[in-house]
This record gives sequence, structure tokens and C-alpha cells, in this order.
Amino acid sequence: MRHQIQSDDLRAPEMATAIEKCVHCGFCLAACPTYSLLGEEMDSPRGRIYLMKNVLEERLAAEDAQPYIDRCLGCMACVPACPSGVEYGDLLVSYRALQEAERQRPPLDALARKLVMETLPYPKRFRLAARTGALGKALQPALPAAFAAMLSLLPDKLPPPLPLPAILPAQGERRGVVALLPGCVQAALAPEINYAAAHTLAANGIEVHNPPGAGCCGSILLHIGAEAKARALARDNFTQLPADVDAIITTAAGCGSGINDYELLFKGQDDAERARAFSAKVMDFSAYLAELGLRRSKGFDRERRVAYQDACHLLHAQGIHSEPRALLNQIPNLRLLPIADAGMCCGSAGTYNIDQPVIAAELGRRKVESILALELDLVVSGNIGCIAQLRQQLALLKNPLPVVHIAELLWQAYAN
Amino acid sequence: MNRALLAALENIYPADRLLTRDVELLPYESDALTAFSAKPGAVVLPVDEAEIIYTVRLCHEMAVPFVARGSGTSLSGGSLPIPEGLTIGLNRLNRIKKIDPQQRIAVVEPGVINLHITEAAQPYGLYYAPDPSSQSICTIGGNIAFNSGGAHCLKYGMTSNHVLGMKVVLADGAVTQFGSESIEGVGVGPDLVGLFVGSEGLFGIALEITVRLMPQPELYRTVLAAYDDLGRAGDAVSMVVASGLLPGAMEIMDRLAIKAAEASVNAGYPDAEALLIVELEGEAPQVNAEFEQLRRIIDASGAFESRVAKSEAERTRIWKGRKGAFSAVGRLSPDYIVQDGVVPRSRLGEALLEINALKAKYSLDVANVFHAGDGNLHPLILYDGREDGALEKAEALAGEILALCVNLGGSITGEHGIGMEKRDYLPAMFSEEEIDIMQALRLAIDPKEIANRGKMFPGGEAPALARQGMHPLERAGVISRE
Repeated sequence: MRHQIQSDDLRAPEMATAIEKCVHCGFCLAACPTYSLLGEEMDSPRGRIYLMKNVLEERLAAEDAQPYIDRCLGCMACVPACPSGVEYGDLLVSYRALQEAERQRPPLDALARKLVMETLPYPKRFRLAARTGALGKALQPALPAAFAAMLSLLPDKLPPPLPLPAILPAQGERRGVVALLPGCVQAALAPEINYAAAHTLAANGIEVHNPPGAGCCGSILLHIGAEAKARALARDNFTQLPADVDAIITTAAGCGSGINDYELLFKGQDDAERARAFSAKVMDFSAYLAELGLRRSKGFDRERRVAYQDACHLLHAQGIHSEPRALLNQIPNLRLLPIADAGMCCGSAGTYNIDQPVIAAELGRRKVESILALELDLVVSGNIGCIAQLRQQLALLKNPLPVVHIAELLWQAYAN
Repeated sequence: MNRALLAALENIYPADRLLTRDVELLPYESDALTAFSAKPGAVVLPVDEAEIIYTVRLCHEMAVPFVARGSGTSLSGGSLPIPEGLTIGLNRLNRIKKIDPQQRIAVVEPGVINLHITEAAQPYGLYYAPDPSSQSICTIGGNIAFNSGGAHCLKYGMTSNHVLGMKVVLADGAVTQFGSESIEGVGVGPDLVGLFVGSEGLFGIALEITVRLMPQPELYRTVLAAYDDLGRAGDAVSMVVASGLLPGAMEIMDRLAIKAAEASVNAGYPDAEALLIVELEGEAPQVNAEFEQLRRIIDASGAFESRVAKSEAERTRIWKGRKGAFSAVGRLSPDYIVQDGVVPRSRLGEALLEINALKAKYSLDVANVFHAGDGNLHPLILYDGREDGALEKAEALAGEILALCVNLGGSITGEHGIGMEKRDYLPAMFSEEEIDIMQALRLAIDPKEIANRGKMFPGGEAPALARQGMHPLERAGVISRE
């Protein structure tokens, strides 16, 4: 599409290129969760591109377009669906960062957002907030929707931490050395995931480094446009995580895809090269293990019907599709079943279920409906957000179907 | 926008389904042909047929023009809004009301996506045959309005061959039924279904459509043949046709199109000047016999490489690349015009030579993607809209290609329709008397000319594109205003 964008923002070229490549063909519509749910052009990828274009061309007020841009899950399903190769992610991340700087939010929104930004990336603060949250749950019905959604995601009690040794040695012949990125929310909400990931890696002959000073990668902030804070968190990890490892492993989809965006985040910064090198090392847990090859596990004593829930930030943003499935198919007595509409977001999408609770809940409901049609014993996913979302939706139906991280299932297969 | 109409619409549409603010209207101002844009007066998003009927009746009563829109994928500006008119978005009428595997029919609402019919029919071993390249998103209502084709229409025909009946609201608000649910019922009396299909939204809106389903082929054999010369690929098509084989599809892409499609899907297309895709389909023994025959033809046609899709995944990738080829050209050029013309299959090689000459004359790049089996050309003319006069130059080239199609005995459109883009070319194909008959028919159904006003018939002001000077076809000597 032609455009007249003359922003002097550092990112204008990325945004202009994405808009230029869009030919408005509509192929993205079929892949977009909000279009399928809301059925209007403004809530489609090409519609949002058009709105952003008009804002950047100063033909439309940013605040008019904002509700529609806010409703974008950032699931990136439109990117692989796009024949013309529009880098929608580059456009969205840049646009959100640009607007965030100038944006006035209503006081309650601003407060909820500040809470998110000041707690989620920091496990200690998050623990504290979660305890307060348990109290807050009693007040939930009286709170605004964004707060209610935020609180409903918090467990009544956080599990105790499961510390990992600074170096977890490889079992048997050593096949590799990695560092485990601890992450933030996940480490507090579900320490068992990284615990299982580290032990599964060790069982497969991989030495796992767990530097105590490492933490949030900043993606959760990057995805909502809080760039400077995201960069600060990323820099902490540059110094805390060892550089001389085969890979830096993440067990959360959003971390992996966010770190892929470091090139954009650090554009024009002094340590851009450092960021690029760091980002090149980062690999998702399932992709790393699939590439290395799994050692034989004991598996299950009887057949388990299992479905793999694709996290958007693995499937669409990182193109990880066959790897986790290949791992699961190697587990004895595990029968893998496909979820209908597998590429549709479950509505979790980082902080989306806090910002857009109604749409998030409907997408979650649809996803659970497809899952329940399969009569499963277990659902696995590669991302804490999806896991929390599915558990919450299943709890609403009082359905006891367990949802676990793929690392947990693999570890169970070895531990059995 | 007509205030009385807006007030009446407010009576039945809640605010989130009656769009009037700039931010809501902007994303509707173009369909897939962005060279044209026009802001609608308002957009309504009905959810059932009663709302559509009510809306059309209001428009008729108040003489406000309207256009029906599905997914907005028209490549001829067919669903371009009418300035100050009403856009009726049908995408929420997306229910498949019935699949009858015995009768082999499906009854669907107009906003149902083409591919969804096939998905719903799949458990019964059936599918919906017409497969426009945008089948993953285009709607059946739009397919009907423009009598959409697709790669596999070579063997099975266009949309008009697959619509058995429909309930419609005509532009004057009358609700009526054309055709029937049974294949046997067709052929009694005038073919009103045939009249409605391809009428470009000028007669009204289809509310409920009965389509024919076909048994899924037992076997596909998809062959890729690579040529170092585009003309040779064209000749290969003539050879296949002359042999009596009727493949399910026969497609050609030239070097530029291959490059774009390959970048988009990594289908593993050979590096070639031209690529011929031939797909055989049907019952296994027949397909296998045809495959041997096809292989001999391809070998004799001068292909420097040929291969067969070894798996369903490979076949899917080959088609994904082909079907996304138009949009993939967005990777090569910021702007392009998708042309759609037809030449007799026997004159394919001649047409391609001429297009090459025109390319040189205008010094513009042209990527060629076409349904070679039925002579349906899709030259994509690449230009950079930021350069002064580039669009006009590209349009002039497009005009010459259309003139060429007509001169060779073909047509100015194969499947995208006339829409907004080609209204001025209509006289190149039809005589004044023929156009008068079309207009008389239209007036009989839509006396106020409110349904998709401004499309298909020549004349009137294009909303975004002021043409100056001679029309490209005038310059080419095909039409004259004398």
C-alpha cells in the first residue's frame, strides 16, 4: 500500500516497510482471533494496519484507533498467513512503543498497568502481590473488570520455590551445556516447570546452569510497549547469564519471541550487538531438545490421550510446530491428538487476559470446547500463559482435566 | 449520509453494528484493490436475513445506494463503498445451515467462507469445487456476485455451475427464490440463478444459497514442469489440451511470480523462466493411466525438469504458493495491478509474446500467473505508486493487455469481474445494444439503481481516481467516443 509516513521516530522505516508490503488482500482475516470473534474490519490485521497507517500519516487521531490496536492479541497468527510477508510484529511493537510514550490512560487503567509493570517481572514483588491478591479476591466483585481479571488469575496460595543448583550436572555422557533463563511470573507461579525442564535436560545428558542473578527477559513489558524498562531487564540478563554455553533455554513462549525482538528493541543502542548475540543463543526448551534428540524414557504404563496446545508465540512467532510434537511422539504409551483450529489463540496472550478480559474469556471458552471434544487424559503446552488460561477455563466448567507444561510431562516420563 | 436512513437503521442495529465514526469506516474504504478507496456513509453488520431485508427495503424507500460486502477480497473493486452510500457487511451471516450428503448439497448463508463449505463437507467425502485463490477467506456471497473461478474450474466450471438455488432480496426489497435444492430441478424455465450469478451485486443480495457438493477425488497427481522459456510452457498447455486430457487444473507462473511465491511458502519450486503445474484427479486407475500420458507429453514439451508431489503436504505447499502468488508479489513491489483477462488457449503463446513486448515498451515489470488451462491470464503489473505518473503508466499497460485479449478473441475478465476497475472497458467487449439490454434488465429489478451503483457500467466518476486525457483503450484504438 502506498503511504505518506514521515515520522522521525527511529522505527519509522520498519513501520513504513510493513505497511508498504501490505496489499490488503485479506488472507490474514481467516487467521485472526479477534476478527473471527468480533467480525469487523477494524479488528482484523489488515484493518489495524490501515488504522496505524492513517494515524502515522496524521489523518486519524491515535486515541480513536487505540481501542482496536489494544484489542490485538499480538498472537502473530497473521504473520505466517500473510503471502506478502508483512512483518506485522515489527509494526505492532514499534507502534505500541511510539504511542505508549504519549498515551494518557484513565486513572484505573493506568494503575492496573503500573501494577502489572512493577510486579509481574519481579518474582519477589509478585509473591507479595499474590498474597495481597488473595485478600483482594474477596473484594473482586466490586472491582473494575481489569482488576477482577488480574485477580482471578492469581492462585490462592503460591507454591513454595523449588530452587535449582547453580550447576545441575549432566547424567551419563555429556551432550551439551545450557543456561536456563528463569523468567519472572512463571518462576513464581509454577516453579515446577523450570525444575522439570532442568531435570529433563540433565536426564538427557545436558549440563544446566542456573545463575541466581538472572531474571525476567523484559518481553512482557516489550509486548505492551514499555521499552526502556524492558531494555533494563534484558541488560541484567546479559551480565548474569553465561555466554559460553551452547544455548540459553526458555520455557516460556513469550520470552523466546520477545528475545527474538531484541534487535528491534536495541536498535540504535550502544549494546545492540550484545543484544543480537544474546538473542541468537536463546532457544525454546522443546526446540533445543528436539534438535538434540531425546533419550528413551520409560513413558506411561497405559495409554494416555494427550493434546498439545500451541502457544502463539511458539507457533506463529517462532515457527515451532513439529518439535514439541516430535518429542511427545517419542514417549511410550502417549497418544497425541490434534486440537481443532490449533492455530487460534487461547486468549491468554501475555497480559491480554488482564487488559481485555471479555475477549480473552471467549477465546478461552472456544479453545476448551475444542479440547474437551477429544476426551483427553492430559493437555500439554509450552507456555505458562496458555496453561493458566486453560486451567481457569476448565475450572469454570468444574472439569478436572490436568494441564501441564511439556517439560513437566517429559520429566514425569523419565521419573516414572 | 441520509439522516432519515441512519435514524431508521438505529432502530434495529445496536451501535456496535452500525458503524458511522471515521475510525470505523476507514478500514472499509477499500477491498483488495487499494488503487480505489471511498469512505462509505455508514456500514451495517446484520446478523440475520431479516435485518438484511429490512435494510435493503429502507435503502430502496429512501433511494440510498448500497453495496454488499463479504470479506472485501474483490480484485476489481467490486465491494468498493459507494460514497455516501451504505455498506452492508455480510461476514456475520456465516452459518452453514445444512449439509445433505445424500443429495450432495449444502445450504449456506452468504457470509460463509468458501473453504468452510469444503471443511464441513469433508467428513462425508464431499467438497465444494470452485476454489478461488482467496478461498480461505472469500465468502460465497461474493463468489456468486462475481461468478468466481479458481484453478480447478478448468475441469468443474465456475461458481455458476455449482449454485443450484438461492433465496434473494432484490434491490427493490422483494424477496424471492431462484432455482431449487435439487440438481434435477434446474433447467425448467429461465435460468434465473444463472442471471443472478455474476451480476456483480447489481440485482440484490443472496440470503441463502444452495450449492452442489462433489465427491472428493480418490487420487491427486500434481506435476511440476520447469521451462526455460515462457512460450514453451504455454505450448505445453496446448499439447495437453490437444491430447484430450482434462486435468483438474493447469497453471503457469513466470520467473517473477515463482520468485515471489517461493519467498512466501518455500514450496521448493524449480529455478525456471516458467513453471507449469498440472494436477490430475479422480479415480485411481484413471488418474494413473492419465499420468503416464501426461508424463509423455511433458517429456516431449521441452521441460528441463519435472517432478511429482510425493505427499499431500508437498501438494498443499505447491498450491499454497500458487494461491498466494498475487499477494506474494507485494514482496517485490510496493504497488501492482492484478490484471484478469482471457485469451483462447490456442493463442496463449502469442499473448505472452505480446505482453513481453508491452513490458519493454512501458519499461515496467510484469509477473505472470495464470490459469493456463482455460486461457485466463493474470498479468501483475508492478509499479511504485510514490513515483509521479507511475499508476497511470501501469494502468495504460493494463489497458493494452485487455485490448490484446479482446483482439485475440478473448475477454476483459475471466473471474475477477468488471467491478469498478474495468467499467470503462465494458464497451470493448459488448455492443451498445448489448449494454442497453443489461441496463434494461437492471432497471427492471432495481429501478432506482441503488444496488452497487457505479459499478460495472461505464461512466460516472470514479471515487478516488480521476482519469485524465484519453482512456487507455482509446489510445490503443479499441474504443472511440465518436
